[in-house]
Amino acid sequence: MSLSTQLINLFAATILLLAFAMLAQRRVLTLINLFALQGLTLALSTLVVAVTTRQTHLYWSAGLTLLLKAILLPWILHRLVRRLEVKWDVEPLIKVPTTMLVGIVLVIISFNVALPISQLSSTVSRGTLGIALASVMLAFLMMITRSKAVPQVIGFLAMENGLFLAATSATYGMPMVVELGIALDVLIGVIILGVFFFQIRDQFDSLDIRHLERLKEK
Amino acid sequence: MPTLLPIDVLLIAACAWLAIGLAGVLAPRNFFFISKVLFPLGAAVAVLAGLTSLSYLGGGPQTAVLAIGLPDLPFHLRLDNLTAVFVLLVGFASAGISVFAAGYFRKGEGTAPGLMCLQYHVFLASMQLVLLADDAYAFMVAWEVMALSSFFLVTTDHRHAEIRRAGYLYLLIAHVGAIAILLSFGVMTAGSGDYTFAGMRAQPHTPFWASVAWLLALFGFGAKAGLLPVHVWLPEAHPAAPSPVSAMMSGVMLKTAIYGLLRVSFDLVGTPLWWWGVAAMAVGLATALFGVLYSTVQSDMKRLLAYSSIENIGLLAVALGLTLIFHAYRMEALAALAMTALLYHCLAHAGFKSLLFLCTGSVLHATKERSLGKLGGLIHRMPWVAWLALAGVIASAGLPPLSGFVSEWLLLQAFLFSPGLPHAWLNMVVPVAAAVVALVAALAGFAMVKFYGIVFLGQMREEALKDAHDAGPWERAGLAWLGLLTLALGVLPTWVIGRIDAATTQLLGTGLSDKVREHGWWMLAPISPDRASYEPLIFLVTIVAAVLLGRQLVHRLYHGRTRRSPAWDCGYVFQGPRAQDTAEGFSQPIRRIFEPMFRMERHFPTLRDEKPYYSVKVEDHFWHGLYLPLARLVNGISALITGLQGGRIAIYLLYSFLTLILLLLVARP
Repeated sequence: MSLSTQLINLFAATILLLAFAMLAQRRVLTLINLFALQGLTLALSTLVVAVTTRQTHLYWSAGLTLLLKAILLPWILHRLVRRLEVKWDVEPLIKVPTTMLVGIVLVIISFNVALPISQLSSTVSRGTLGIALASVMLAFLMMITRSKAVPQVIGFLAMENGLFLAATSATYGMPMVVELGIALDVLIGVIILGVFFFQIRDQFDSLDIRHLERLKEK
Repeated sequence: MPTLLPIDVLLIAACAWLAIGLAGVLAPRNFFFISKVLFPLGAAVAVLAGLTSLSYLGGGPQTAVLAIGLPDLPFHLRLDNLTAVFVLLVGFASAGISVFAAGYFRKGEGTAPGLMCLQYHVFLASMQLVLLADDAYAFMVAWEVMALSSFFLVTTDHRHAEIRRAGYLYLLIAHVGAIAILLSFGVMTAGSGDYTFAGMRAQPHTPFWASVAWLLALFGFGAKAGLLPVHVWLPEAHPAAPSPVSAMMSGVMLKTAIYGLLRVSFDLVGTPLWWWGVAAMAVGLATALFGVLYSTVQSDMKRLLAYSSIENIGLLAVALGLTLIFHAYRMEALAALAMTALLYHCLAHAGFKSLLFLCTGSVLHATKERSLGKLGGLIHRMPWVAWLALAGVIASAGLPPLSGFVSEWLLLQAFLFSPGLPHAWLNMVVPVAAAVVALVAALAGFAMVKFYGIVFLGQMREEALKDAHDAGPWERAGLAWLGLLTLALGVLPTWVIGRIDAATTQLLGTGLSDKVREHGWWMLAPISPDRASYEPLIFLVTIVAAVLLGRQLVHRLYHGRTRRSPAWDCGYVFQGPRAQDTAEGFSQPIRRIFEPMFRMERHFPTLRDEKPYYSVKVEDHFWHGLYLPLARLVNGISALITGLQGGRIAIYLLYSFLTLILLLLVARP
């Protein structure tokens, strides 16, 4: 196994580990830091793939990922959390150990599902497809189990990280246009959600999304 | 210069209708322009369309492809003889209705006249397109446009809650029917993805899938036609709509559903099976009996006519069933006879039912009354309407020498030959069906006597009726046109059959025209003159001569004096309008004899009542037995589904999450 493959696998494993860490983390600020770290790892892993395969556009995506997911989005989120004053612990709907156990089951399922696909692929990073799928699932799980709005948005962004990893590992990334588009979407999405946070807080004096249950149609 | 084919003329007619409708919208305030220019223009276009298809009849199929609609999915159109017969019907019937409408609509009632003009002419154009469509896509588009435009026409007076309710019911059932039609087309493509009718014809259908397609079509088109049990919209929508619209819907639109059934049964789905005929006949008999019984007990004149339309649709379904049975047993001559009866009845019903609905419109305008209990004696105030209504009533009751008699006579003739069927069970059952048809015809006569007698004869039940005025010139012209059609269909059956025979021949391979033609134009003998023959003109001349002679003799022998006295005075001392038979009283025997068929709420006066009164309210069994439970079921199911919508984002996310995992696990390579 070549050095690059080993490096890619290492980074992928780190991303998975960080996904678990995010699942278990109850403090919002630490959650954002973990998210930034995941973004950094993702950028590094993309860079390794870019160096190995000499694909120019992958350099661009690595830079974009670094800029957006490791620096810009965490910074926006930090500001939001400070202004909203929601630094305190988040209360998960399900207990953390249970969540972790469900997460392990999800990882097993993801590897099982990804195995036949990665055998068809011929990229250097094909082994990480299962990990990418698993981090998507774990992020999804995080969205389900959190009752506050900010962690849910972080879960959503982490899911995008997982998708990005899957794209890089399976096909050396998506076309540049698509990546740029997604990056812009994520940025705009976070800004809009930030606006929503303020609205939700004004309306319910809290960012607990359980208050939104009242919005359903009678 | 390229020659103008009939199909091109018909397309131009449809475009002309659309243009007329748009012109109405562009000049919404010019009431005179809309009513006295645009509507008569629409009538002229209708006559043009009718004459075109009349001259086309007997020609070969013509096709056209319109590059409108979705990309790579153009409208295929086709004109053949079946289409031509129905275009003829649409053109001639709607011409009379349009002329009538020119004098009927008033300012300031419900929808603005410009919009009304658009809806009306879009409705006409969509019916034309339904008939011409040669692929499922064009057909469904036209069909839906037809349903929507007629929905807006029905809800012209949308300020009344009950009219909105009637319109909603109509739209709902129309859409349920349209889904069934769409599914039927889907089954007939047999998975080939070719939605043109030519593609459907080319598919081999197994008996099972053919039956599925046919049953879906029966349900879907039945919902539009008003077959049991999807008839409930009809008696609600017809009274709600303005009279020309009721006339258009009842006289013309219902026939497009019959057209669809014929198109599917004999053209698209392949060889029909014999039990389809039995099914159509059973549904038709139930519908006809139901319709006629309910029409006898109505006390609202438009509801009475609406139920009578249900009855006529039932008779058409019976004729369809008989045709299918004969056709399935390869008895083509008899199948052609039943099919001729079917097509003839379509034409006849289009004429007389439009006429009657328009007459109710005139009565409504003259008296502001729809309830039979408050009318009476109008023949003195409205002679034009009364005499033309008489023509419609005679035809509707199936009496010679008018149009309804010919078709019902042909149908009964076809029944008389059913003992030749090579199937013992059918041999026993079909004559019973013939007996039911005879009963229906008799009861239809009863309902029509009630309608005519209570509205036009006797004494006026209300003082206000003395101010009733006769219909205006436009209305008279429209009524007279339809009356003439009814008379022509009654007196010239051999000529008409010779024309529409092209459609019969196209669908069945044989026609009646040779047999009909060999006895000369004055005598109609569909099988042989030994069995049965009918000479309408001789009949008419005899009747007219007898009446004139009788009148002359009475005058001569009864010393030439005429004396006016109250109608039905019968020598009683006091005979006021209140002492006449009422609408309820007239139909009381029917209510008593067929009591289980009705759901009645009655209140009888007792001796101790301060203010004694009698009331009877007749309701539809289907409404309480089928529709309300169905509505409750749908509500219950949707309440269950609402449970899914808990309002918690976590739960919503969980739904997608579980779906994702399930799909990942199921869709493993």
